[in-house]
Amino acid sequence: MKGTEAFKEIIPLLKGEPVVHANGYICRESFQQQDREANFYMIGSMGLASSIGLGVALCQPDKKVIVFDGDGNVLMSMGTLAMIAATAPKNMVHIVFDNQVYESTGSQKSLSGTIPLEEVAKSSGYPMAFRVTKKEEIKPAFKKLMDGKGPGFLLIKVEPDFDPKTGRVTHTPEEIKTRFMNSMGAG
Amino acid sequence: MLSSQSFIDRLTDNGFNFFTGVPCSLLSGLIACLEESGEAPYIPAVREDAAVGLCAGAYMAGSLPVLLMQNSGLGYCLNAFTSLNLIYKIPTLVIMSWRGCGGKDAPEHIIMGEINEDLLKTAGMDFAVLTPENHQDVLQQAMLKIKEGLPFTLLVKKGIFDERH
Repeated sequence: MKGTEAFKEIIPLLKGEPVVHANGYICRESFQQQDREANFYMIGSMGLASSIGLGVALCQPDKKVIVFDGDGNVLMSMGTLAMIAATAPKNMVHIVFDNQVYESTGSQKSLSGTIPLEEVAKSSGYPMAFRVTKKEEIKPAFKKLMDGKGPGFLLIKVEPDFDPKTGRVTHTPEEIKTRFMNSMGAG
Repeated sequence: MLSSQSFIDRLTDNGFNFFTGVPCSLLSGLIACLEESGEAPYIPAVREDAAVGLCAGAYMAGSLPVLLMQNSGLGYCLNAFTSLNLIYKIPTLVIMSWRGCGGKDAPEHIIMGEINEDLLKTAGMDFAVLTPENHQDVLQQAMLKIKEGLPFTLLVKKGIFDERH
C-alpha cells in the first residue's frame, strides 16, 4: 500500500477529533487531502508530535486524541513511548505511517525496516499495539483502537510514494495553533 | 531562601496547572511539593525537549504549563523553542536551574553555566534571574509574556529553594 492510499483510508474515518501531525510528508499529505481545523500541523520540532499529542490527550480526557506520526519521528523520541505508556491516557490513539525512510529529505533509510516499532510500543506498555500492511486492514484496526481503552498504537506499513510537488501547509503557525485550540474549545 | 511550597502556591494562584520536567537537585524541593500535593499533575519527562512538546500540547488543550529543568537540557530544547514555541506563539513557564553559575560547580556544568544566558538571548527567549527579593515582580513579568503567547524562563541559582535530596 502506498502512503497516500493509507491517508485516503483513514481521513474519511475522522470526525471532529484533534489530530496532531508529525512534520514533513505527514503534514503535507494530510493537508493536501483534507485540511481540518482540528489538525495540528507540526512543521518543525521533529520528534515531538507524540509528546504534543500526549499533552493534548492528558488535558482533554473526554476527547479522543489522535497522533499521525512517522517512523523517523518515533525513532527520534522513543522515550516518549514510555511517557505515553506510563501516563496511560485512555483517549490517545497513536498512528504511525511507517515508510522506512526519511521521505521528504530524499528517502534516506530509517531504522524501522529492522526495528518493529509496534513491538517497541507494546514492550513500553501500550495496552494495544498493532501492525497492518494491507489497505483493507486499516478501517477495522482504527475502529478497534477508537473503541478500546488506550493508549493504542497502530503501525501502518506503507511504500514511499510522496509527490514532492505536494504543497506545504499554507496556514501560518499562529493560524494553525488558533484553529486547533478553537476546535477543542480551548481558544 | 524561598519556600518551595509557597512558590508553587503562587504559581497555582496564577493559573498554572500542568507541571512536567526533568529533575535537578536545585529544584528538588519544588518537585517534591508537586509530587506530594496531587493538586496539579507533575509528569516526569524523559528528556527536556519531550517536556517542551508535552507543555505545548497541554497549553493548546487549555492548560497553563510549567517546565522544570536543569540548564544542561537547554541544548536539547533549542530546536523545540525556536521551531515550535516561538513561531506558533505557544507560551510555557520554564523554571531552569543555573548549574555552573559563577564557574563553581562540577566540570560538566561550567561551560553551560557560562553561556546559558547568551543562548537564551540569542534564541530570543525572554528570561529573568529569580531571587527571593524579586520573585513577585519576575512572576508578573512572566505572566505578561505568557499572555503575549511567549515562553518565559526563570533562572534559579543554588540556594534559592530548599533542596530535598
